[in-house]
Amino acid sequence: MPSLNELSLTDLRDLLARGECSSREVVEACLDRVDAVEAQVRAFLHLDREGALRQADAADAARRAGEASDRPLLGLPLGLKDVLAEQGQQLTCGSRILADFISPYDATVVERLRQAGAVLFGRLNMDEFAMGSSTENSAYFPTRNPWDLDRTPGGSSGGCAAAVAAAECPASIGSDTGGSVRQPAAFCGVVGLKPTYGRVSRYGLVAYASSLDQVGPVTRSVSDAALLLGVMAGHDSRDATSLPDPAPDYAAALDRGVRGLRIGLPREYRVGGLAPEVGGAVEAAVKVLADLGAEVREISLPHTEHSVAAYYIIAPAEASANLARFDGIRYGRREDGPDPVTLYARTRGSGFGREVKRRIVLGTYVLSSGYYDAYYLRAQKVRALIRRDFLRAFEEVDLILTPTTPTTAFRLGEKVDDPLQMYLMDVFTLACNLAGLCGISLPCGFSGSPRLPIGLQLLGPPLGETVLLQAAQAYQSATAWHRELPGLATAPGGSEPASG
Amino acid sequence: MAHTDLDINYLAHLARLALTPEEAAALNGQLAGVLSYVEKLKEVDVTGVEPMAHAQPRVNVSRPDEVRPSLPHSEALRNAPASANGLFVVPKIVE
Repeated sequence: MPSLNELSLTDLRDLLARGECSSREVVEACLDRVDAVEAQVRAFLHLDREGALRQADAADAARRAGEASDRPLLGLPLGLKDVLAEQGQQLTCGSRILADFISPYDATVVERLRQAGAVLFGRLNMDEFAMGSSTENSAYFPTRNPWDLDRTPGGSSGGCAAAVAAAECPASIGSDTGGSVRQPAAFCGVVGLKPTYGRVSRYGLVAYASSLDQVGPVTRSVSDAALLLGVMAGHDSRDATSLPDPAPDYAAALDRGVRGLRIGLPREYRVGGLAPEVGGAVEAAVKVLADLGAEVREISLPHTEHSVAAYYIIAPAEASANLARFDGIRYGRREDGPDPVTLYARTRGSGFGREVKRRIVLGTYVLSSGYYDAYYLRAQKVRALIRRDFLRAFEEVDLILTPTTPTTAFRLGEKVDDPLQMYLMDVFTLACNLAGLCGISLPCGFSGSPRLPIGLQLLGPPLGETVLLQAAQAYQSATAWHRELPGLATAPGGSEPASG
Repeated sequence: MAHTDLDINYLAHLARLALTPEEAAALNGQLAGVLSYVEKLKEVDVTGVEPMAHAQPRVNVSRPDEVRPSLPHSEALRNAPASANGLFVVPKIVE
């Protein structure tokens, strides 16, 4: 029998409903696990112990009072990436410039999770302002991969994925601008969902690249992802990019299977640099889906090889504009100067880390007079072609299947001084954001030595979450990869910092 | 799309970003590498293609123009590095 902290949200929900455990017991099991492994993993920037127990007791009281029926997450603990505003809690975005910031309000997503009864458990580590693929760009400390502590958990939602993989909390909420939920989910052997752009409100999500950002859950199972999406999705008048379409009942459609679904394999994704073990695991997953009745065919996405270049113009351009708000005047860190311009420059020079500065300067360049047409405008046109590729493909197939990442988790420090190599790791995940699609990463195997998780990515058309989750669920029902847990050494009753 | 004229200090000034000489030198090399890579976009024929600014084709989203609750003054100032008399304090702008 696994301990409570190792169970999925849906399993815990059922136990709570049957009165077989209390929310307090669930939260205590998670806190005990944090005490045992957090010194090695370092997923949390802040843990709200007392707040979590208080919310758990309130959830147990609400259940006794018969208030559970319309609160699907009542008593279930969730971690939040430190980029979502949670009233009264820190909101560092992994940056020194927001070291002392306290959120004055809840993000819409947080408001909905609270209303559904979730126990908000702590703030999870991330690459600064969500810029990075390894969580090494956090201004505070790197998070480690629970499967191999010398490796990164991926990023930018590395804390979200590591905390779930290490069984410190059953699920977490991250954000995905170019793969920041799916890639760490793949590296850590958990499920990561990026909903369609506009499906989940961005109100209260600190902006990185506003035309690409989307909030998404990291979970142990596909049914947990469907559960959380059902709570978070829907129109929000406070986000002008929020889609008006009503959110369907994702959980109700989960068990429809894949018989007759057409799944496309893009021939352009067989790139050099794809690790053989990743390719092999993904091929085996294709066979599983075919055996379940899916119809698999090859498709073409001709502009695939240009998605990295388009992304690394568009995202930094939007970031350079968005991060202009951190000027040392209204909130955040301030370094004084004799005049406003000096104050801004000193504040930003000392408050931002290397990757953020890199993207601000790059974004400033591609937007600057004389270069705008050659870089930014051209990238926006290529983005239109990438979207057109996908929309054409989705006339022939229901879903597209790819690896989530070209390799398994890389070592800490391996790519930190080579930004271009780091950017190229995002080749399979970026197009989903550029084209405004939905996508999910789920565990589909392990490498041999060292034993590291491999991620399978499914992509669906805009607002295609129902079919996306249905196919992912069919795969997970036929496989057991998502049930495996890393063999982390624990330090009960006290913890020693990890070495190396 | 040549980037031989990449002037990091000028860009840093535009972005209001104080950089040390070491940071500027490192950025120069790294950005030159990234910009060489994105030259790939020149291979694509974009004739007649409308630029795409946004992932979903929604335009002119509006709401009723009415007063709604907002943050209390004291809350809005709570994260300010310097405030006085209910206002943000800034350095002198006009002599």
